[in-house]
Amino acid sequence: MTRSDTIGFAPRDRDWHPPAYTPAYRSSLLRSPRRQPIALDHSTGELTGPVFGHADVSSLDSDLLANFAAPDISPIGERILIHGRVLDEQARPVPNTLVEIWQANASGRYRHKNDSYLGALDPQFGGCGRALTDQQGRYQFRTLKPGAYPWPNGGNDWRPAHVHFSIFGHAYAQRLITQLYFEGDPLIAHCPIVNTIADPKAVDRLIAKLDLTETVPFDMVAYKFDIVLRGACSTVFENRLEGN
Amino acid sequence: MQKSPFADPNAGPAPKLPETPSQTAGPYVHIGLAPHAAGCGFDQSTLGEKIVPATAEGTRIQIDGTIFDGAGDPVRDALIEVWHADPEGIYHTTPQTTTKQRYGWGRVVTDFETGSWQVKTIKPGPCPDPIGTPIAPHINLWIVARGINLGLHTRLYFDDETQANTADQTLLRIPDLDQRNTLLARYRGGAGTVSDPRRYRFDIHLQGAAETVFFDV
Repeated sequence: MTRSDTIGFAPRDRDWHPPAYTPAYRSSLLRSPRRQPIALDHSTGELTGPVFGHADVSSLDSDLLANFAAPDISPIGERILIHGRVLDEQARPVPNTLVEIWQANASGRYRHKNDSYLGALDPQFGGCGRALTDQQGRYQFRTLKPGAYPWPNGGNDWRPAHVHFSIFGHAYAQRLITQLYFEGDPLIAHCPIVNTIADPKAVDRLIAKLDLTETVPFDMVAYKFDIVLRGACSTVFENRLEGN
Repeated sequence: MQKSPFADPNAGPAPKLPETPSQTAGPYVHIGLAPHAAGCGFDQSTLGEKIVPATAEGTRIQIDGTIFDGAGDPVRDALIEVWHADPEGIYHTTPQTTTKQRYGWGRVVTDFETGSWQVKTIKPGPCPDPIGTPIAPHINLWIVARGINLGLHTRLYFDDETQANTADQTLLRIPDLDQRNTLLARYRGGAGTVSDPRRYRFDIHLQGAAETVFFDV
């Protein structure tokens, strides 16, 4: 393999992502590395990643309205469809990649033994799902709109309604976890976790927009949430070598 | 050297879209990524629980560790993903099927009470970098938790691979020896069999004097 054949990724824009140390989000105080991360030339371990297939995901996995409920019983809450595409920075679809989500129920309570919020658990709602993207990079989940909830941070902090997303891409360098917020939620602007991101344009990438075209009449409204992963770049590795 | 899934001759350097920004995985990451650990009735999912097939050949290893925060307290709600090559240095990128288990990728969580974690797998071999220089045997680790705004990448190398480590270009790039040593798992005994794996200790310090080296991958 010659150097010019080598595929790599441009370094992440760390001013676009939240920095490690964000004092208003108190959990970051003691969990933020203080040294700058060291640049790593990409090798096979970063340029590959685990590959997922249909043996890993069943059709029920993307239906949070049904994947924990007893047959013919629905969990309580506002029924929604979340859909979108996984693309790379060059706007190419990322097919056959694993998208995993988790969320609170409609009262803002997680099915987790460490969550003791007053909001009630719903015996019909689990709150986790997974899907593989199709050839166009599309995914969708049927779920409930999660509730907002208070959390211990500054004394009176509230999480806006949100859904956690985990996405693999095809290379470990693309691995990403983020959160989806909902258009129009007034709590977004007040959230210390949202505000770990400095650039309002970056925050806007996390706000799913109401999508009337995909709404299912008399069933559920739809929100559209496209996800962009880092894109491969054929010249990066060579550039990095010159910097050695 | 395997062909990169991105070996696209048209891959251009000019991005058209900005990467989706990261947000913390939060305290309830287990629900989504390790449901069996959330303790609330999800036990159907086994994704990532076994890192290598039970029948995989090679040196069996067991790594134990704790993640510490800047106050020296264990981090009890973290999730670690591992990704590593086989003993020949090959990363396996074929999907799991009903008859063939995935190799080299998995997830562990830190114990809700003690903060300890444990990885059981096969020791990887050296793998050439894209220009053919061997990279010492290592396991790629990716750490997410409440309070971590962007997943942390690091590498676990083995302290009983002295010769390979001495030539590893990534380790050599870290001039401070104490910092370099944060990436070495310490051999604690064991033969490498299923019943007596080679045991290693690898603690991760998110902050402080012993802060682990993290990478901008």
